Amino acid sequence: MNEIPLTHILFLSTALFFIGMYGLFTRRNLITMLMSIELMLNSVNINFVAFNKYLFPDQLDGLFFSLFIITIAAAEAAVAIAIIINLYRSHQSIDVDDATEMKF
Amino acid sequence: MNISAIIFYAIATLILGSALLAVTSLKIFRSAIWLLFSLVGIAALYFWMQVEFIAAIQIVVYVGGIVVLIIFSIFLTQQSGNKMAKPATPKIIFSALAALLGTAFTFNLINHYGFNTLSAQPFNSSVSEIGTQMLSTTSYGFILPFEVVSMLLLAAMVGCIVIAMKPTSADIVHLNKKED
Repeated sequence: MNEIPLTHILFLSTALFFIGMYGLFTRRNLITMLMSIELMLNSVNINFVAFNKYLFPDQLDGLFFSLFIITIAAAEAAVAIAIIINLYRSHQSIDVDDATEMKF
Repeated sequence: MNISAIIFYAIATLILGSALLAVTSLKIFRSAIWLLFSLVGIAALYFWMQVEFIAAIQIVVYVGGIVVLIIFSIFLTQQSGNKMAKPATPKIIFSALAALLGTAFTFNLINHYGFNTLSAQPFNSSVSEIGTQMLSTTSYGFILPFEVVSMLLLAAMVGCIVIAMKPTSADIVHLNKKED
């Protein structure tokens, strides 16, 4: 367990975050953009848990933060998918390039 | 290199490989399945870090909830067998460049920052410990955010139903009257 330094877990979460960012930049479909955001939120959760375990093992605040992030991510995904389905009903498409009425 | 380190690198390869496939696959349904594998890998990482409660929550909420929701919305909104359009090449190049530069910059920062990990206390993350600390009413308890988040979930649930509800015929008549 102690052979893996904290930095390697941080490398993993950094790589995961930037993979999510790459997906957010290249995708034009709302559902796949939502997936990229889920990846980024998960990398943040890994960071919270790893910092808590390695640096502050006498407290559990990092675990609580990741629990709250998971809860809010679930609410966010549910609302986002409701909006996407509503958008599909009115535009017959979930591509961000097709929903430009409010673009200035 | 002992067995624990080997398991960590195997889990890391699973997470990063399937995440990369999830953001690059052109078939949206495959993309969702790769996301599922990536989330399962993250749950395995939590098991490896011996925070079993978070791992269980990860599996229940993400794998059992969010991915199923995403797959349902894929089925509701488009033909899942169709290929999505490939993003433009300049966009791919610049996005990959931005992601790689960001990764290199953060790797450099992490590598040069000396983390002081010499903490002697044991890490106790049993469910009873989590419950006692989270719901304590002292100044370090999380009972207020816990209650607020339950209100947030209720609001999100009501909001989802209202947004995704089909307009009834009475609503349509009402809207038409307004337009007149």
